[in-house]
Amino acid sequence: MQPGDSVVIERVVLDALLAALRERGYETVGPTVREGAIVYDEIRATSDLPAGWTDEQEGGHYRLRRDDREALFGYAVGPHSWRRYLEPPSLVRWRGRRVDGGFEDDLTPGPPPRYAFVGVRPCELAALLVKDRILLGDPGADPDYRSRRESAFLVAVNCGSPAGTCFCVSMGTGPRFGPGFDLGLTELVDDARHDFVLQVGTARGAAVVEGLPHRPAEPADLTAAEAVLREAEGRMGRSLETEGLKERLERSYENPHWDEVAKRCLSCGNCTMVCPTCFCSTVEDSTDLPGTRAERRRIWDSCFSIEFSYVHGGSVRTSAGARYRQWITHKLATWHDQFGVSGCVGCGRCITWCPVGIDITAEARAIGGPAEAAGSRP
Amino acid sequence: MAPRRPKLAVFKFASCDGCQLTLLNCEDELLAIAGEVEIANFLEASRAVVKGPYDLALVEGSITTPEDAERIHKVRRMSRTLVTIGACATAGGIQGLRNFKDVHEFVSSVYATPEYISTLEASTPIAQHVRVDFELRGCPISRAQLLEVLGAFLRGRRPNIPTYSLCFECKRQGTVCVMVAHGTPCLGPVTQAGCGALCPSYHRGCYGCFGPMESPNTASLGARWEAMGAARPDLVRAFRTYNAAAIPFRAASEAYEQQEP
Ligand code: SF4
Ligand code: SF4
Repeated sequence: MQPGDSVVIERVVLDALLAALRERGYETVGPTVREGAIVYDEIRATSDLPAGWTDEQEGGHYRLRRDDREALFGYAVGPHSWRRYLEPPSLVRWRGRRVDGGFEDDLTPGPPPRYAFVGVRPCELAALLVKDRILLGDPGADPDYRSRRESAFLVAVNCGSPAGTCFCVSMGTGPRFGPGFDLGLTELVDDARHDFVLQVGTARGAAVVEGLPHRPAEPADLTAAEAVLREAEGRMGRSLETEGLKERLERSYENPHWDEVAKRCLSCGNCTMVCPTCFCSTVEDSTDLPGTRAERRRIWDSCFSIEFSYVHGGSVRTSAGARYRQWITHKLATWHDQFGVSGCVGCGRCITWCPVGIDITAEARAIGGPAEAAGSRP
Repeated sequence: MAPRRPKLAVFKFASCDGCQLTLLNCEDELLAIAGEVEIANFLEASRAVVKGPYDLALVEGSITTPEDAERIHKVRRMSRTLVTIGACATAGGIQGLRNFKDVHEFVSSVYATPEYISTLEASTPIAQHVRVDFELRGCPISRAQLLEVLGAFLRGRRPNIPTYSLCFECKRQGTVCVMVAHGTPCLGPVTQAGCGALCPSYHRGCYGCFGPMESPNTASLGARWEAMGAARPDLVRAFRTYNAAAIPFRAASEAYEQQEP
């Protein structure tokens, strides 16, 4: 078996796959139902997966629904992303203890966690590759991210159930996965069968599959998988015209529409906190009461807080419009200059989890769209 | 010679004592606090009072009587650093509800002998009377934030007390949004972080105990509540609780009151 091979495994074999990953020392993390949503958490067996659940998503709206196909991956992305595991929301970066005449390091870093992410969606795989450019590249390489990322085993799952807020087709990131996975699954579920087409992405992925019951993928299996993806492509809830979008946004810094968005935007930061490509964090130093210990933590931050743009003397982006403009122009325009790729993979999370349903595709159309370009300053 | 420990005093105005109780509730850290500061005046803990001036005063409660309006100036004069703690001290508290009505009507309907009652028309935050060095929000305040403020004071550094929305805390914790996923109205997007997003982690909407966040868009959130089925009187009540008199919440509840059908 080698990278590029495709085999078919039955649904029950997925438990053996999880067990094999755990035997290899991975903590298996994947989708599970909690608090009325499909979130990521440790999963030990397929009984932890959201079998028979799907989601209904719109701007500011998410509901779980039963789906009698009993698919294990019959939903779109939820509020969590893998960012939670690769860049923890709060991470101790340094800890020191006062000793005579100075201080000494007091943080003994353990071995980095070894995660196997099960159920990485194509848009999420694309987001991980975006993140790699940012956090593995120069400048700004992050050793903590590197150690977590390099040891992570990725089981991607093609998307057969896009949500009302998805637009991966516009962004070229889905619903079929690109490169970067160790193993890639396409779920085939109907009255007659419940199997997975399994694509091998890496040698370590091949080694895992060799120990599992499987059969070669027949042309009929691949056709069935293709049909799932074809169908998913046609069911995108949203779309975004990316042609010329960067240039249109760059011409729109003074567009009056920013003030219109500001009337609705709560500056609550939810969009940034759910986005799989957002990476901003702040650093907080604290001391204990006796002043014998000090600690430096890195915590998730957001361009929607006023403090975020604080420079000597004050904050640069005080209005909600300026903050929303920063966010969307960074995602869709200046990200290209900075990292050579779009900052948006079309996962739709920022639309669904915005409490007031502000829609990046609609705002991009209103601000950077061809119709508006005439009204904006050159 | 060991440096003199800073003198700490706790003062109470119109309040329920819950915030100073937070200091007593710092069980594990209480010894460390007592080791670092001289607890010079803390009536809830001890009747022994050391005279001022004090290095750090924690002030709980709002100003509701003519006497207290005088007394707070004395407290200010004898305190090098003055930190207000809790919704009463920082926004007028639940007793700020009087600000929306005629207080004399309350007095005459509640007390048998209204002549004995001397009270002000409005319940006001401490900062409306004297200069305040730092305001710690919450009803009640968070233990962790109180320890952070004390630790920062002792080391002469700025406390890490963010003013952004509660949503930051929900998302960092991984709590699922109760508004988006359950359709439960929540004040989190207009409320300052600090409590650790307690209510949403128990599947409840936020009640706004920590008061308005740095740039609250109450009109947009209110419109969303209405779209979710809340009526105008619900919105008036939601904005009119522990931080009713905080200016953005006050403006919101008054706006919805005027618009009531
Ligand atoms: S900007 Fe929105 S749609 Fe794009 S990747 Fe981020 S959360 Fe997903
Ligand atoms: S766009 Fe939505 S989620 Fe983002 S800050 Fe504004 S209101 Fe919050």
